[in-house]
Amino acid sequence: MSSPKANLEVLPRSIQFVLGLGAVALLAFPFVGTDFYTQMVTRMMILGIFAMSLDLLQGVTGLVSLGHAAYFGLAGYALAFLTPQGEAVSLWWTLPVAVLASGLAALVIGFFVVRTHGIYFIMVTMAFAQMIFFLFFDNKALGGSDGLYINFKPDAMLFDLENKRVFYYFTLACLLGVYVFLRRLLWSPFGRALAGIRVNEHRMRAMGFGTFGYKLTAFTLAGALAGLAGYLWGAQTGYVNPELMGFHMSAHAIMMVILGGMGNFAGAIVGAFAFEYVLHALKDLPAIGAFNTGKHWQLWMGLFIVAVVILAPRGLLGLVERFLNRKGDRGE
Amino acid sequence: MSEVLLSATRLTKRFGGLAAVNEVSVDLWRDRIHAVIGPNGAGKSTLTNLLSGDLPTTSGQITLAGRDVTGWSPERISRQGLGRSYQKTNIFAPFTVWENVRLAAQSRDAQQPWNPLRWLQIAGKSATALARATRAIELAGLESRRNVIAGASSHGEQRQLEIAMTLATEPQVLLLDEPLAGMGVAEAERMVELLLKLKKDHAMLLVEHDMDAIFALADHLTVMVNGQVIASGSPAAVRADRGVQAAYLGEEH
Repeated sequence: MSSPKANLEVLPRSIQFVLGLGAVALLAFPFVGTDFYTQMVTRMMILGIFAMSLDLLQGVTGLVSLGHAAYFGLAGYALAFLTPQGEAVSLWWTLPVAVLASGLAALVIGFFVVRTHGIYFIMVTMAFAQMIFFLFFDNKALGGSDGLYINFKPDAMLFDLENKRVFYYFTLACLLGVYVFLRRLLWSPFGRALAGIRVNEHRMRAMGFGTFGYKLTAFTLAGALAGLAGYLWGAQTGYVNPELMGFHMSAHAIMMVILGGMGNFAGAIVGAFAFEYVLHALKDLPAIGAFNTGKHWQLWMGLFIVAVVILAPRGLLGLVERFLNRKGDRGE
Repeated sequence: MSEVLLSATRLTKRFGGLAAVNEVSVDLWRDRIHAVIGPNGAGKSTLTNLLSGDLPTTSGQITLAGRDVTGWSPERISRQGLGRSYQKTNIFAPFTVWENVRLAAQSRDAQQPWNPLRWLQIAGKSATALARATRAIELAGLESRRNVIAGASSHGEQRQLEIAMTLATEPQVLLLDEPLAGMGVAEAERMVELLLKLKKDHAMLLVEHDMDAIFALADHLTVMVNGQVIASGSPAAVRADRGVQAAYLGEEH
Protein backbone atom coordinates (compact mmCIF):
# COMPACT_ATOMS: atom_id res chain seq x y z
CA MET A 1 0.00 0.00 0.00
CA SER A 2 2.88 2.34 0.64
CA SER A 3 3.96 2.35 -3.00
CA PRO A 4 4.24 5.90 -4.30
CA LYS A 5 1.36 5.80 -6.77
CA ALA A 6 1.70 9.48 -7.39
CA ASN A 7 -0.98 9.82 -9.98
CA LEU A 8 -3.25 6.78 -10.20
CA GLU A 9 -2.25 5.86 -13.74
CA VAL A 10 -3.83 2.48 -13.26
CA LEU A 11 -7.43 3.06 -12.27
CA PRO A 12 -8.53 0.56 -9.60
CA ARG A 13 -11.72 -1.40 -10.22
CA SER A 14 -13.56 0.62 -7.61
CA ILE A 15 -12.76 3.83 -9.47
CA GLN A 16 -13.68 2.29 -12.80
CA PHE A 17 -17.04 1.33 -11.31
CA VAL A 18 -17.66 4.87 -10.08
CA LEU A 19 -16.66 6.28 -13.48
CA GLY A 20 -19.03 3.82 -15.16
CA LEU A 21 -21.84 5.06 -12.92
CA GLY A 22 -20.91 8.59 -13.91
CA ALA A 23 -21.12 7.70 -17.60
CA VAL A 24 -24.57 6.16 -17.11
CA ALA A 25 -25.67 9.30 -15.25
CA LEU A 26 -24.43 11.44 -18.15
CA LEU A 27 -26.33 9.27 -20.63
CA ALA A 28 -29.55 9.62 -18.67
CA PHE A 29 -29.20 13.24 -17.65
CA PRO A 30 -31.05 15.03 -20.49
CA PHE A 31 -34.16 13.01 -19.63
CA VAL A 32 -34.24 14.21 -16.03
CA GLY A 33 -32.49 17.59 -16.14
CA THR A 34 -34.02 20.85 -17.26
CA ASP A 35 -32.81 22.63 -20.38
CA PHE A 36 -30.73 24.95 -18.23
CA TYR A 37 -28.91 22.11 -16.54
CA THR A 38 -28.56 20.12 -19.75
CA GLN A 39 -26.69 23.07 -21.19
CA MET A 40 -24.63 23.43 -18.07
CA VAL A 41 -23.58 19.78 -18.16
CA THR A 42 -22.80 20.18 -21.88
CA ARG A 43 -20.46 22.99 -20.91
CA MET A 44 -18.91 20.82 -18.20
CA MET A 45 -18.25 18.07 -20.72
CA ILE A 46 -16.63 20.53 -23.14
CA LEU A 47 -14.38 21.74 -20.35
CA GLY A 48 -13.72 18.10 -19.49
CA ILE A 49 -12.27 17.61 -22.99
CA PHE A 50 -10.25 20.80 -22.56
CA ALA A 51 -8.92 19.67 -19.17
CA MET A 52 -8.01 16.22 -20.54
CA SER A 53 -6.06 17.82 -23.36
CA LEU A 54 -4.07 19.81 -20.82
CA ASP A 55 -3.59 16.73 -18.64
CA LEU A 56 -1.69 15.09 -21.49
CA LEU A 57 0.91 17.82 -21.00
CA GLN A 58 0.59 18.60 -17.31
CA GLY A 59 -0.15 15.26 -15.69
CA VAL A 60 1.42 12.83 -18.13
CA THR A 61 4.43 14.65 -19.58
CA GLY A 62 5.04 17.05 -16.69
CA LEU A 63 4.78 20.17 -18.86
CA VAL A 64 2.70 22.83 -17.11
CA SER A 65 1.35 25.11 -19.83
CA LEU A 66 -0.07 28.42 -18.72
CA GLY A 67 -1.23 29.21 -22.23
CA HIS A 68 -3.34 26.25 -23.18
CA ALA A 69 -6.48 28.34 -23.67
CA ALA A 70 -4.92 29.83 -26.83
CA TYR A 71 -5.55 26.58 -28.72
CA PHE A 72 -9.02 26.28 -27.18
CA GLY A 73 -9.97 29.77 -28.34
CA LEU A 74 -8.38 29.53 -31.79
CA ALA A 75 -10.68 26.69 -32.85
CA GLY A 76 -13.69 28.64 -31.60
CA TYR A 77 -12.61 31.59 -33.71
CA ALA A 78 -12.01 29.27 -36.65
CA LEU A 79 -15.66 28.21 -36.46
CA ALA A 80 -16.72 31.85 -36.21
CA PHE A 81 -14.76 32.76 -39.34
CA LEU A 82 -16.00 29.75 -41.25
CA THR A 83 -19.68 30.28 -40.43
CA PRO A 84 -21.34 32.71 -42.88
CA GLN A 85 -23.67 35.42 -41.55
CA GLY A 86 -26.87 33.95 -42.89
CA GLU A 87 -26.57 30.18 -42.91
CA ALA A 88 -25.13 27.14 -41.18
CA VAL A 89 -21.88 25.52 -42.25
CA SER A 90 -21.13 21.81 -42.38
CA LEU A 91 -19.76 20.25 -39.21
CA TRP A 92 -17.90 17.63 -41.19
CA TRP A 93 -15.29 19.87 -42.67
CA THR A 94 -15.26 22.80 -40.23
CA LEU A 95 -14.56 20.60 -37.21
CA PRO A 96 -11.43 19.01 -38.73
CA VAL A 97 -10.28 22.38 -40.06
CA ALA A 98 -10.69 24.05 -36.66
CA VAL A 99 -8.94 21.19 -34.88
CA LEU A 100 -6.12 21.27 -37.42
CA ALA A 101 -5.78 25.04 -37.03
CA SER A 102 -5.30 24.66 -33.28
CA GLY A 103 -2.95 21.73 -33.79
CA LEU A 104 -0.91 23.69 -36.31
CA ALA A 105 -0.64 26.69 -33.97
CA ALA A 106 0.48 24.33 -31.21
CA LEU A 107 3.01 22.73 -33.54
CA VAL A 108 4.56 26.07 -34.46
CA ILE A 109 4.56 27.45 -30.90
CA GLY A 110 5.57 24.08 -29.50
CA PHE A 111 8.63 24.10 -31.72
CA PHE A 112 9.93 26.97 -29.61
CA VAL A 113 8.50 26.27 -26.17
CA VAL A 114 9.24 22.56 -25.65
CA ARG A 115 12.95 23.37 -25.65
CA THR A 116 12.48 25.13 -22.33
CA HIS A 117 12.05 23.53 -18.94
CA GLY A 118 10.22 24.15 -15.68
CA ILE A 119 9.42 27.74 -14.86
CA TYR A 120 10.63 28.92 -18.27
CA PHE A 121 8.18 26.61 -20.01
CA ILE A 122 5.35 28.10 -17.93
CA MET A 123 6.42 31.64 -18.79
CA VAL A 124 6.95 31.04 -22.51
CA THR A 125 3.65 29.23 -23.04
CA MET A 126 1.92 32.11 -21.28
CA ALA A 127 3.77 34.69 -23.36
CA PHE A 128 2.72 33.08 -26.64
CA ALA A 129 -0.88 32.80 -25.45
CA GLN A 130 -0.89 36.47 -24.47
CA MET A 131 0.42 37.37 -27.91
CA ILE A 132 -2.47 35.51 -29.52
CA PHE A 133 -4.90 37.04 -27.04
CA PHE A 134 -3.85 40.59 -27.92
CA LEU A 135 -3.70 39.80 -31.61
CA PHE A 136 -7.44 39.15 -31.46
CA PHE A 137 -8.20 41.71 -28.76
CA ASP A 138 -6.63 44.60 -30.68
CA ASN A 139 -7.76 43.74 -34.20
CA LYS A 140 -11.23 44.83 -35.24
CA ALA A 141 -10.92 42.53 -38.27
CA LEU A 142 -10.61 39.60 -35.88
CA GLY A 143 -13.56 40.70 -33.78
CA GLY A 144 -11.63 42.89 -31.37
CA SER A 145 -12.46 42.94 -27.69
CA ASP A 146 -16.16 42.34 -28.43
CA GLY A 147 -15.58 38.99 -30.10
CA LEU A 148 -17.63 37.38 -32.85
CA TYR A 149 -21.10 35.85 -33.07
CA ILE A 150 -21.75 32.45 -34.57
CA ASN A 151 -25.36 32.73 -35.68
CA PHE A 152 -25.87 29.13 -36.67
CA LYS A 153 -24.73 25.93 -35.11
CA PRO A 154 -22.76 23.71 -37.50
CA ASP A 155 -24.89 21.56 -39.77
CA ALA A 156 -24.24 17.87 -39.15
CA MET A 157 -26.66 16.59 -41.84
CA LEU A 158 -27.37 13.34 -39.97
CA PHE A 159 -28.55 15.05 -36.79
CA ASP A 160 -29.64 18.51 -35.70
CA LEU A 161 -27.19 20.26 -33.39
CA GLU A 162 -29.66 23.14 -32.86
CA ASN A 163 -31.51 20.67 -30.65
CA LYS A 164 -29.99 21.02 -27.17
CA ARG A 165 -30.30 17.33 -26.39
CA VAL A 166 -28.69 16.31 -29.65
CA PHE A 167 -25.86 18.75 -29.01
CA TYR A 168 -25.52 17.27 -25.53
CA TYR A 169 -25.14 13.74 -26.87
CA PHE A 170 -22.75 14.83 -29.57
CA THR A 171 -20.57 16.44 -26.90
CA LEU A 172 -20.84 13.35 -24.72
CA ALA A 173 -19.70 11.20 -27.64
CA CYS A 174 -16.70 13.51 -28.13
CA LEU A 175 -15.90 13.37 -24.41
CA LEU A 176 -15.99 9.58 -24.28
CA GLY A 177 -14.11 9.28 -27.57
CA VAL A 178 -11.29 11.55 -26.38
CA TYR A 179 -11.18 9.76 -23.03
CA VAL A 180 -10.91 6.29 -24.58
CA PHE A 181 -8.32 7.54 -27.06
CA LEU A 182 -6.15 9.16 -24.38
CA ARG A 183 -6.40 6.20 -22.00
CA ARG A 184 -5.24 3.97 -24.82
CA LEU A 185 -2.47 6.40 -25.71
CA LEU A 186 -1.30 6.39 -22.10
CA TRP A 187 -0.23 2.73 -22.44
CA SER A 188 1.23 3.03 -25.90
CA PRO A 189 4.99 3.29 -26.45
CA PHE A 190 4.36 7.01 -27.00
CA GLY A 191 2.49 7.39 -23.71
CA ARG A 192 5.07 5.42 -21.73
CA ALA A 193 7.81 7.62 -23.15
CA LEU A 194 5.88 10.76 -22.15
CA ALA A 195 5.58 9.43 -18.59
CA GLY A 196 9.30 8.70 -18.65
CA ILE A 197 9.98 12.28 -19.71
CA ARG A 198 7.91 13.55 -16.78
CA VAL A 199 9.88 11.48 -14.30
CA ASN A 200 13.41 11.79 -15.68
CA GLU A 201 13.96 13.43 -19.05
CA HIS A 202 17.72 13.34 -18.68
CA ARG A 203 17.77 9.57 -18.41
CA MET A 204 15.33 9.25 -21.30
CA ARG A 205 17.79 11.04 -23.55
CA ALA A 206 20.69 8.96 -22.28
CA MET A 207 18.67 5.86 -23.21
CA GLY A 208 18.23 7.12 -26.76
CA PHE A 209 14.84 8.85 -26.72
CA GLY A 210 14.65 11.98 -28.83
CA THR A 211 12.58 13.73 -26.21
CA PHE A 212 12.11 16.89 -28.28
CA GLY A 213 10.00 14.99 -30.83
CA TYR A 214 7.93 13.36 -28.10
CA LYS A 215 7.24 16.65 -26.34
CA LEU A 216 6.47 18.47 -29.56
CA THR A 217 4.06 15.74 -30.61
CA ALA A 218 2.36 15.82 -27.20
CA PHE A 219 2.10 19.61 -27.34
CA THR A 220 0.59 19.50 -30.83
CA LEU A 221 -1.86 16.76 -29.96
CA ALA A 222 -2.89 18.56 -26.76
CA GLY A 223 -3.42 21.74 -28.77
CA ALA A 224 -5.56 19.92 -31.32
CA LEU A 225 -7.73 18.33 -28.63
CA ALA A 226 -8.09 21.68 -26.88
CA GLY A 227 -9.25 22.88 -30.29
CA LEU A 228 -11.98 20.23 -30.37
CA ALA A 229 -13.21 21.56 -27.03
CA GLY A 230 -13.01 25.17 -28.23
CA TYR A 231 -14.96 24.36 -31.38
CA LEU A 232 -17.71 22.78 -29.32
CA TRP A 233 -17.71 25.78 -26.97
CA GLY A 234 -18.12 28.19 -29.87
CA ALA A 235 -20.87 26.06 -31.38
CA GLN A 236 -22.73 25.78 -28.09
CA THR A 237 -22.58 29.39 -26.99
CA GLY A 238 -22.77 30.94 -30.47
CA TYR A 239 -20.21 33.49 -29.41
CA VAL A 240 -16.45 33.73 -29.10
CA ASN A 241 -14.38 36.47 -27.51
CA PRO A 242 -10.72 36.92 -26.57
CA GLU A 243 -11.44 35.81 -22.99
CA LEU A 244 -11.59 32.25 -24.30
CA MET A 245 -7.87 32.47 -25.03
CA GLY A 246 -7.08 34.50 -21.96
CA PHE A 247 -4.93 33.92 -18.96
CA HIS A 248 -7.88 33.08 -16.71
CA MET A 249 -9.10 30.34 -19.01
CA SER A 250 -5.63 28.75 -19.04
CA ALA A 251 -5.34 29.01 -15.28
CA HIS A 252 -8.80 27.49 -14.77
CA ALA A 253 -7.78 24.49 -16.85
CA ILE A 254 -4.71 23.95 -14.66
CA MET A 255 -6.91 24.15 -11.57
CA MET A 256 -9.38 21.64 -13.03
CA VAL A 257 -6.62 19.12 -13.66
CA ILE A 258 -5.14 19.57 -10.19
CA LEU A 259 -8.57 19.51 -8.58
CA GLY A 260 -9.56 16.20 -10.16
CA GLY A 261 -6.18 14.50 -10.06
CA MET A 262 -3.42 14.49 -12.65
CA GLY A 263 -2.13 12.03 -15.16
CA ASN A 264 -5.08 9.71 -15.73
CA PHE A 265 -7.58 11.80 -17.73
CA ALA A 266 -10.50 10.64 -15.57
CA GLY A 267 -9.36 13.08 -12.92
CA ALA A 268 -9.36 15.91 -15.46
CA ILE A 269 -13.02 15.23 -16.28
CA VAL A 270 -13.94 15.02 -12.59
CA GLY A 271 -12.01 18.24 -11.99
CA ALA A 272 -13.78 20.08 -14.81
CA PHE A 273 -17.19 19.01 -13.53
CA ALA A 274 -16.33 19.87 -9.94
CA PHE A 275 -14.84 23.24 -10.88
CA GLU A 276 -17.85 24.26 -12.95
CA TYR A 277 -20.31 23.01 -10.36
CA VAL A 278 -18.60 24.78 -7.47
CA LEU A 279 -18.34 27.93 -9.57
CA HIS A 280 -22.06 27.76 -10.32
CA ALA A 281 -22.91 27.17 -6.67
CA LEU A 282 -20.63 29.95 -5.45
CA LYS A 283 -22.01 32.54 -7.86
CA ASP A 284 -25.48 31.79 -6.50
CA LEU A 285 -24.49 32.42 -2.89
CA PRO A 286 -26.87 34.83 -1.20
CA ALA A 287 -25.77 38.23 0.03
CA ILE A 288 -25.13 38.45 3.76
CA GLY A 289 -26.14 41.94 4.73
CA ALA A 290 -24.14 44.37 2.61
CA PHE A 291 -21.60 41.66 1.69
CA ASN A 292 -22.32 40.06 -1.66
CA THR A 293 -20.78 36.63 -1.11
CA GLY A 294 -21.58 35.43 -4.65
CA LYS A 295 -19.71 38.28 -6.26
CA HIS A 296 -16.53 37.18 -4.50
CA TRP A 297 -16.72 33.64 -5.86
CA GLN A 298 -13.04 33.68 -6.82
CA LEU A 299 -12.09 33.99 -3.17
CA TRP A 300 -14.19 30.96 -2.19
CA MET A 301 -12.96 29.02 -5.21
CA GLY A 302 -9.39 29.73 -4.18
CA LEU A 303 -10.06 28.49 -0.66
CA PHE A 304 -11.81 25.41 -2.02
CA ILE A 305 -8.87 24.48 -4.23
CA VAL A 306 -6.35 25.11 -1.47
CA ALA A 307 -8.41 22.83 0.78
CA VAL A 308 -8.53 20.06 -1.83
CA VAL A 309 -4.81 20.29 -2.54
CA ILE A 310 -4.01 20.03 1.17
CA LEU A 311 -6.52 17.32 2.04
CA ALA A 312 -6.27 15.35 -1.21
CA PRO A 313 -2.90 15.75 -2.90
CA ARG A 314 -3.98 13.33 -5.63
CA GLY A 315 -7.13 15.30 -6.31
CA LEU A 316 -10.77 14.39 -5.91
CA LEU A 317 -10.32 11.12 -7.76
CA GLY A 318 -7.51 10.17 -5.39
CA LEU A 319 -9.76 11.05 -2.49
CA VAL A 320 -12.51 8.79 -3.81
CA GLU A 321 -9.99 6.00 -4.31
CA ARG A 322 -8.74 6.31 -0.74
CA PHE A 323 -12.27 6.32 0.60
CA LEU A 324 -13.37 3.28 -1.43
CA ASN A 325 -10.23 1.27 -0.68
CA ARG A 326 -10.45 1.95 3.04
CA LYS A 327 -14.00 0.68 3.05
CA GLY A 328 -12.94 -2.33 1.00
CA ASP A 329 -10.15 -3.17 3.42
CA ARG A 330 -12.54 -3.04 6.34
CA GLY A 331 -15.08 -5.22 4.59
CA GLU A 332 -12.68 -8.04 3.78
CA MET B 1 40.49 -10.30 -32.08
CA SER B 2 39.97 -6.98 -30.60
CA GLU B 3 38.60 -3.92 -32.31
CA VAL B 4 38.44 -0.32 -31.23
CA LEU B 5 34.77 0.61 -30.79
CA LEU B 6 35.22 4.01 -29.25
CA SER B 7 38.12 6.32 -29.74
CA ALA B 8 38.44 9.74 -28.17
CA THR B 9 41.29 11.98 -29.24
CA ARG B 10 42.59 14.92 -27.22
CA LEU B 11 39.28 15.66 -25.53
CA THR B 12 39.18 18.93 -23.67
CA LYS B 13 36.41 20.42 -21.59
CA ARG B 14 36.78 23.88 -20.12
CA PHE B 15 34.46 25.41 -17.56
CA GLY B 16 35.48 29.03 -17.75
CA GLY B 17 39.21 29.04 -17.11
CA LEU B 18 39.29 25.56 -15.59
CA ALA B 19 40.15 22.61 -17.83
CA ALA B 20 38.15 19.83 -16.16
CA VAL B 21 39.35 17.48 -18.86
CA ASN B 22 42.56 18.43 -20.64
CA GLU B 23 43.74 16.73 -23.85
CA VAL B 24 42.62 13.28 -22.78
CA SER B 25 42.71 10.44 -25.32
CA VAL B 26 40.98 7.12 -24.66
CA ASP B 27 40.47 4.00 -26.77
CA LEU B 28 37.94 1.33 -25.88
CA TRP B 29 38.30 -2.15 -27.36
CA ARG B 30 35.75 -4.91 -27.50
CA ASP B 31 36.51 -7.58 -24.92
CA ARG B 32 38.59 -5.20 -22.84
CA ILE B 33 37.85 -3.21 -19.72
CA HIS B 34 39.47 0.18 -19.61
CA ALA B 35 39.43 1.49 -16.06
CA VAL B 36 39.87 5.12 -15.17
CA ILE B 37 40.93 6.05 -11.67
CA GLY B 38 41.91 9.26 -10.00
CA PRO B 39 41.15 11.35 -6.92
CA ASN B 40 37.89 13.27 -6.58
CA GLY B 41 37.73 16.14 -9.01
CA ALA B 42 40.19 14.51 -11.41
CA GLY B 43 37.67 14.80 -14.25
CA LYS B 44 36.58 11.14 -14.53
CA SER B 45 32.86 11.87 -14.52
CA THR B 46 33.33 14.83 -16.84
CA LEU B 47 35.17 12.53 -19.25
CA THR B 48 32.25 10.08 -19.10
CA ASN B 49 29.81 12.91 -19.76
CA LEU B 50 31.82 14.04 -22.78
CA LEU B 51 31.88 10.55 -24.25
CA SER B 52 28.12 10.08 -23.76
CA GLY B 53 27.21 13.50 -25.15
CA ASP B 54 25.76 14.71 -21.83
CA LEU B 55 28.28 17.56 -22.04
CA PRO B 56 29.51 19.22 -25.23
CA THR B 57 33.25 19.07 -25.77
CA THR B 58 35.37 22.20 -25.98
CA SER B 59 37.74 20.49 -28.40
CA GLY B 60 38.77 17.02 -29.45
CA GLN B 61 37.15 14.26 -31.44
CA ILE B 62 35.08 11.18 -30.58
CA THR B 63 34.63 8.24 -32.93
CA LEU B 64 32.03 5.62 -32.06
CA ALA B 65 31.69 2.39 -34.06
CA GLY B 66 33.40 4.00 -37.02
CA ARG B 67 31.48 7.27 -37.04
CA ASP B 68 32.53 10.70 -35.90
CA VAL B 69 30.02 11.49 -33.15
CA THR B 70 31.64 14.69 -31.88
CA GLY B 71 28.90 17.17 -30.99
CA TRP B 72 26.08 14.63 -31.26
CA SER B 73 23.18 14.74 -28.78
CA PRO B 74 23.14 12.08 -26.05
CA GLU B 75 20.14 10.35 -27.64
CA ARG B 76 21.88 9.99 -30.99
CA ILE B 77 25.06 8.73 -29.37
CA SER B 78 22.98 6.26 -27.38
CA ARG B 79 21.33 4.95 -30.55
CA GLN B 80 24.73 4.68 -32.19
CA GLY B 81 25.50 1.98 -29.63
CA LEU B 82 26.68 3.59 -26.43
CA GLY B 83 25.13 2.88 -23.05
CA ARG B 84 26.04 4.50 -19.78
CA SER B 85 25.22 4.21 -16.13
CA TYR B 86 25.43 7.01 -13.64
CA GLN B 87 27.44 7.59 -10.50
CA LYS B 88 24.40 9.01 -8.75
CA THR B 89 21.54 6.59 -9.26
CA ASN B 90 19.49 7.94 -12.13
CA ILE B 91 16.36 5.82 -12.49
CA PHE B 92 12.58 6.25 -12.79
CA ALA B 93 11.82 6.00 -9.09
CA PRO B 94 7.98 5.88 -9.25
CA PHE B 95 7.98 3.10 -11.87
CA THR B 96 8.44 -0.60 -11.16
CA VAL B 97 11.83 -2.17 -11.72
CA TRP B 98 10.42 -3.92 -14.77
CA GLU B 99 8.99 -0.73 -16.29
CA ASN B 100 12.39 0.95 -15.87
CA VAL B 101 14.06 -1.79 -17.87
CA ARG B 102 11.22 -2.14 -20.38
CA LEU B 103 11.27 1.58 -21.10
CA ALA B 104 15.00 1.43 -21.74
CA ALA B 105 14.43 -1.52 -24.09
CA GLN B 106 11.63 0.36 -25.85
CA SER B 107 14.13 2.98 -26.98
CA ARG B 108 15.51 0.49 -29.50
CA ASP B 109 12.16 -0.06 -31.21
CA ALA B 110 11.37 2.39 -33.99
CA GLN B 111 10.43 5.55 -32.12
CA GLN B 112 8.33 7.76 -34.43
CA PRO B 113 6.40 9.68 -31.75
CA TRP B 114 4.46 11.53 -34.47
CA ASN B 115 3.11 8.34 -36.01
CA PRO B 116 -0.56 7.90 -34.94
CA LEU B 117 -0.31 4.15 -35.38
CA ARG B 118 2.24 4.13 -32.56
CA TRP B 119 -0.26 5.90 -30.28
CA LEU B 120 -2.60 2.95 -30.34
CA GLN B 121 -0.15 0.09 -29.81
CA ILE B 122 0.29 -1.36 -26.33
CA ALA B 123 3.81 -0.70 -25.09
CA GLY B 124 3.94 -3.88 -23.01
CA LYS B 125 3.24 -6.02 -26.05
CA SER B 126 6.26 -5.17 -28.18
CA ALA B 127 7.95 -8.58 -28.54
CA THR B 128 11.32 -7.05 -29.40
CA ALA B 129 11.36 -4.69 -26.41
CA LEU B 130 10.13 -7.51 -24.19
CA ALA B 131 12.98 -9.77 -25.27
CA ARG B 132 15.60 -7.09 -24.71
CA ALA B 133 14.19 -6.18 -21.29
CA THR B 134 13.94 -9.80 -20.18
CA ARG B 135 17.53 -10.50 -21.15
CA ALA B 136 18.77 -7.37 -19.37
CA ILE B 137 16.85 -7.97 -16.15
CA GLU B 138 18.11 -11.57 -16.03
CA LEU B 139 21.71 -10.53 -16.62
CA ALA B 140 21.47 -8.04 -13.78
CA GLY B 141 19.83 -10.65 -11.55
CA LEU B 142 16.70 -8.68 -10.84
CA GLU B 143 14.00 -11.07 -12.11
CA SER B 144 12.60 -11.60 -8.63
CA ARG B 145 12.32 -7.83 -8.07
CA ARG B 146 10.39 -7.05 -11.25
CA ASN B 147 7.28 -5.66 -9.59
CA VAL B 148 8.96 -3.65 -6.85
CA ILE B 149 8.72 0.11 -7.17
CA ALA B 150 12.22 1.13 -8.16
CA GLY B 151 12.44 3.97 -5.66
CA ALA B 152 11.51 1.59 -2.84
CA SER B 153 14.18 -1.01 -3.63
CA SER B 154 17.52 -1.19 -1.82
CA HIS B 155 20.53 0.86 -2.80
CA GLY B 156 22.33 -2.19 -4.17
CA GLU B 157 19.31 -3.16 -6.24
CA GLN B 158 19.09 0.35 -7.64
CA ARG B 159 22.72 0.05 -8.71
CA GLN B 160 21.89 -3.26 -10.41
CA LEU B 161 18.91 -1.59 -12.04
CA GLU B 162 21.21 1.11 -13.42
CA ILE B 163 23.16 -1.65 -15.18
CA ALA B 164 20.02 -3.47 -16.32
CA MET B 165 18.64 -0.30 -17.91
CA THR B 166 21.93 0.31 -19.65
CA LEU B 167 22.06 -3.26 -20.97
CA ALA B 168 18.44 -3.13 -22.16
CA THR B 169 19.48 -0.66 -24.84
CA GLU B 170 21.91 -3.33 -26.15
CA PRO B 171 24.95 -1.08 -26.39
CA GLN B 172 28.29 -2.10 -27.86
CA VAL B 173 30.13 0.35 -25.68
CA LEU B 174 29.46 0.59 -21.94
CA LEU B 175 30.43 3.56 -19.80
CA LEU B 176 30.01 2.64 -16.17
CA ASP B 177 30.47 5.43 -13.64
CA GLU B 178 31.24 3.87 -10.27
CA PRO B 179 28.90 0.88 -10.55
CA LEU B 180 30.13 -0.46 -7.22
CA ALA B 181 29.61 2.74 -5.24
CA GLY B 182 27.92 2.05 -1.93
CA MET B 183 27.53 -1.69 -2.52
CA GLY B 184 28.05 -4.33 0.14
CA VAL B 185 30.83 -6.91 -0.27
CA ALA B 186 28.57 -9.68 -1.60
CA GLU B 187 26.77 -7.32 -3.96
CA ALA B 188 30.06 -5.94 -5.23
CA GLU B 189 31.37 -9.45 -5.90
CA ARG B 190 28.29 -10.28 -7.93
CA MET B 191 28.68 -7.06 -9.90
CA VAL B 192 32.34 -7.84 -10.65
CA GLU B 193 31.24 -11.24 -11.96
CA LEU B 194 28.62 -9.63 -14.14
CA LEU B 195 31.11 -7.14 -15.58
CA LEU B 196 33.51 -9.97 -16.43
CA LYS B 197 30.66 -11.75 -18.20
CA LEU B 198 29.73 -8.61 -20.16
CA LYS B 199 33.30 -7.93 -21.16
CA LYS B 200 33.22 -10.47 -23.99
CA ASP B 201 30.70 -8.59 -26.15
CA HIS B 202 31.33 -5.04 -25.03
CA ALA B 203 33.93 -2.37 -24.99
CA MET B 204 33.88 -0.99 -21.47
CA LEU B 205 34.99 2.14 -19.69
CA LEU B 206 34.92 1.68 -15.96
CA VAL B 207 35.28 4.59 -13.55
CA GLU B 208 35.77 3.15 -10.09
CA HIS B 209 37.30 3.81 -6.69
CA ASP B 210 37.34 0.22 -5.50
CA MET B 211 40.97 -0.82 -6.10
CA ASP B 212 40.35 -4.54 -5.55
CA ALA B 213 37.71 -4.46 -8.25
CA ILE B 214 39.93 -2.41 -10.53
CA PHE B 215 42.80 -4.86 -10.38
CA ALA B 216 40.42 -7.80 -10.74
CA LEU B 217 38.79 -6.34 -13.84
CA ALA B 218 40.94 -3.88 -15.71
CA ASP B 219 42.87 -4.78 -18.83
CA HIS B 220 43.99 -1.23 -19.25
CA LEU B 221 44.29 1.44 -16.62
CA THR B 222 44.33 5.18 -16.98
CA VAL B 223 45.10 7.49 -14.09
CA MET B 224 43.76 11.02 -14.14
CA VAL B 225 44.73 13.92 -11.92
CA ASN B 226 43.48 17.48 -12.35
CA GLY B 227 41.91 16.74 -15.71
CA GLN B 228 45.04 15.20 -17.18
CA VAL B 229 46.21 11.67 -17.82
CA ILE B 230 49.34 11.08 -15.78
CA ALA B 231 49.70 7.39 -16.65
CA SER B 232 48.07 4.89 -18.94
CA GLY B 233 48.91 1.25 -19.60
CA SER B 234 48.57 -2.24 -18.19
CA PRO B 235 47.54 -2.32 -14.52
CA ALA B 236 50.87 -3.80 -13.50
CA ALA B 237 52.83 -1.10 -15.31
CA VAL B 238 50.67 1.66 -13.88
CA ARG B 239 51.00 0.24 -10.40
CA ALA B 240 54.79 0.38 -10.75
CA ASP B 241 54.75 3.97 -12.00
CA ARG B 242 56.44 6.27 -9.52
CA GLY B 243 54.42 9.31 -10.45
CA VAL B 244 51.19 7.45 -9.92
CA GLN B 245 52.30 6.12 -6.58
CA ALA B 246 53.09 9.62 -5.47
CA ALA B 247 49.96 11.24 -6.84
CA TYR B 248 47.38 8.68 -6.06
CA LEU B 249 47.98 5.07 -5.16
CA GLY B 250 50.39 5.98 -2.43
CA GLU B 251 47.66 7.55 -0.40
CA GLU B 252 45.60 4.39 -0.35
CA HIS B 253 48.20 1.64 -0.27
